[in-house]
Amino acid sequence: MSETLDLTLRVWRQPGADVAGKYVEYKLTGISTHMSFLEMLDVLNEQLHAQGDEMIAFDHDCREGICGMCSLMINGQAHGPDTGTTTCQLHMRRFKNGDTIVVEPWRAQAFPVIRDLVVDRSAFDRIIEKGGFISVSTGNAPEANAIPVPAPVQETAMDAAACIGCGACVAACKNASAMLFVSAKVSHLSTLPQGKPERSSRVQNMVAQMDLEGFGNCTNTEECSAACPAEISISNIARMNREYMRAKLCSKE
Amino acid sequence: MAEAATTVLNSRVPEGPMAEKWDRCKKEMKLVNPANKRKKKIIVVGTGLAGASAAASLAELGYQVQSFCFQDSPRRAHSIAAQGGINAAKNYPNDGDSVWRLFYDTVKGGDFRSREANVHRLAQVSNNIIDQCAAQGVPFARDYGGTLANRSFGGAQVSRTFYARGQTGQQLLLGAYSALMRQVGAGRIQLFPRREMLDLVKIDGVARGIIVRNLITGEFEKYSADCVLLCTGGYGNAFYLSTNAKGSNVTAAWRCHKRGAFFANPCYTQIHPTCIPVSGDYQSKLTLMSESLRNDGRVWVPQSPDDNRRGNEIPDSERDYYLERRYPAFGNLVPRDVASRAAKERCDAGYGVGSSGQAVFLDFRDAIARDGRHAIEAKYGNLFHMYHKITGEDPYQVPMRIYPAVHYTMGGLWVDYHLQSTIPGLFVLGEANFSDHGANRLGASALMQGLADGYFVAPYTTGHYLGSQNLPSVSTDDEAFAEAMANAQDRNAKILGVQGTRSSDSIHRELGHILWDYCGMSRERQGLETAMGKIRDLRDEFWSSIKVIGQGEQLNQNLEHAGRLADFLEFGELMVRDALVREESCGGHFREEHQSPENEAMRDDENFCHVTAWEFTGVGNEPVEHREQLEFVEVPLATRSYK
Repeated sequence: MSETLDLTLRVWRQPGADVAGKYVEYKLTGISTHMSFLEMLDVLNEQLHAQGDEMIAFDHDCREGICGMCSLMINGQAHGPDTGTTTCQLHMRRFKNGDTIVVEPWRAQAFPVIRDLVVDRSAFDRIIEKGGFISVSTGNAPEANAIPVPAPVQETAMDAAACIGCGACVAACKNASAMLFVSAKVSHLSTLPQGKPERSSRVQNMVAQMDLEGFGNCTNTEECSAACPAEISISNIARMNREYMRAKLCSKE
Repeated sequence: MAEAATTVLNSRVPEGPMAEKWDRCKKEMKLVNPANKRKKKIIVVGTGLAGASAAASLAELGYQVQSFCFQDSPRRAHSIAAQGGINAAKNYPNDGDSVWRLFYDTVKGGDFRSREANVHRLAQVSNNIIDQCAAQGVPFARDYGGTLANRSFGGAQVSRTFYARGQTGQQLLLGAYSALMRQVGAGRIQLFPRREMLDLVKIDGVARGIIVRNLITGEFEKYSADCVLLCTGGYGNAFYLSTNAKGSNVTAAWRCHKRGAFFANPCYTQIHPTCIPVSGDYQSKLTLMSESLRNDGRVWVPQSPDDNRRGNEIPDSERDYYLERRYPAFGNLVPRDVASRAAKERCDAGYGVGSSGQAVFLDFRDAIARDGRHAIEAKYGNLFHMYHKITGEDPYQVPMRIYPAVHYTMGGLWVDYHLQSTIPGLFVLGEANFSDHGANRLGASALMQGLADGYFVAPYTTGHYLGSQNLPSVSTDDEAFAEAMANAQDRNAKILGVQGTRSSDSIHRELGHILWDYCGMSRERQGLETAMGKIRDLRDEFWSSIKVIGQGEQLNQNLEHAGRLADFLEFGELMVRDALVREESCGGHFREEHQSPENEAMRDDENFCHVTAWEFTGVGNEPVEHREQLEFVEVPLATRSYK
């Protein structure tokens, strides 16, 4: 049942942040189609280890598509060819025997390369730090059912909250814009009644930090949502723009 | 030995009736005044549910907090992968739930090997957790009136589980992460991502700091504090293949153990019944699918061991719905340990399905016929999607194939009622401690425990500790820091220096096979003795033939892995030893010598109604066994029955 593939990989190798990188070509044979993409890289790394060569550094952790740690531009697509799928959930049955696969790190000024395929995404944490929360200290919460949330509102919030913070939206965008990421958090919190009190300061502070980090502008190309493994909708960006306008024009904060 | 141990292990459970213990404890605890809180420094290692919630809550109180994680962001901790839900005794469905019943179910589910008082407190604060999370904007599922929805989960007959689609862990963690980041923004938490804790620093016998390796630069760093909270998760990756994240490890806990923290019940591991089976020897991890699937899915194997038809081609009359047959009262909703063993029993008897024979069916045919595909999609869409992605099979058309996999570890560092380890000033929260789940954890209670410890227990108990100590100020120039740092550096240098031939992955897989074969779902004396020898040999093999590529002064994932593996190789021996001395079957620990004629687990309350807590005496040396006797006052000892 299981077929195998022979592949050529062109992988971005860069020993450190301040050192120039380059593509290096590797041959792999007998790759099972049941393997995940990262398992294929594991096999390649074992091969490199056996030869005494430095192994390829790449970020990964849960390998279940939820932690957002894995990344990779695969043949020019963030997280590879499948929609709604992280690299760790991409399987080799998606490729054909004899394929050449190009693997690169996320490319964005705000996500500097640390080594090989590992980039620094701490800019996302700094944006969240500015307003991606509801200010309720432990012990200060009302009874959970005291504030009813209509099911459709909760569903909208949940759709936005599903963002895994991987950065594919930035990597896929020709402007390296972080609008989809930021708008997902703004939508999640500002849609819910619990998040209303801080809606004006939240969107303004988060957008200001986003600009400070060097992310580009949004030109409505929608590459971000096409690449998003959590299928975050572009309509969140429209909602954030509305929130931002409202805050700038109507709010005293 | 046991007698001496009792004096060492003072669990500090307050006197008085069970329902009043926590209140009494809070009443008697010392407080730290707000001005003094600002002068106290607390280190929190790990940013999962326990770590993030503790760091945020302590910072809100005014303490200076330093938060460490090995991932690139605190939001990635593996709590994020929990799917099914979180329990609380809200009794919103009006189906007879209460704090007492949640407490009772958890004690019984843990097969009477947890500490009653801790479990009762857990049940008590469960409701506060739901309030806190809802206020943070965690988008829990709601009914049409806007109130919170519940579902049922394994091991309980009431609906007390709150959920956010199949991503409850993600949403709860993002809630705790947002609270943490708010405090980072406020300047009360300093964040240290991509740092791995490699040693604990003790001064005058109390925990005063940690040594970490900066995973980007490879530099070693020292941090001092007034106390240390360890929230570093479980040790499931000792088995190599588990549902844990690839980075999950025992290193921080193990190094604290080597500094004097006792390790309790390491043999208690949870093998989760609904995971996607192994597909090949390249497999890097296993994927769990929420236990909630058992609410609607029916588990079965063919009645004939030679039946090679596809699942959907086998008629009902030729299927064996073995859980419904063996346990009519709970059916497919029996606790995890029972469900896992029953699957193993069928597969070992030759009834397993799939190419490996190591799988059983989980079938949604009847649920789809009853409720419609749309209803099933709404409940489990993301899980079906994930299954389809990984296996290439469509579970709407053919039954899923599942097999048990290592998922959670109930054992951990020993802690008292205050969550303090045997090292004063070292507190252990969440999966990293041992106290609440006994020998088996019920579904939807890991999230509950992590958040209970972090939001509602540790902020009080660490405050009491700081309020009742007169700790001298220390700096990282103290020689204890230099000693610990040299210790951590030497170990890394030693690993780099072996320059053998074998990869860390190949040795780790080998360790995983040993533990799975001899210390997995069922264990027996001879096998455990064999495993002990094999692990020692493998450890020698590691230190003589490991090869790590690259240098220490750089991002080096190979070195990180080898370092964690070196600790698993020491820890694995303790796990096996613990399984060996526990001559009974309880929860996830099943000794073949101790079973009923119907193959049910047989506890030995006469001799083993205790916690085994191990004291480290050197690698390869026999550790000292200490015991904490367990008393069951509220929930009298009884044989678990789900029939």
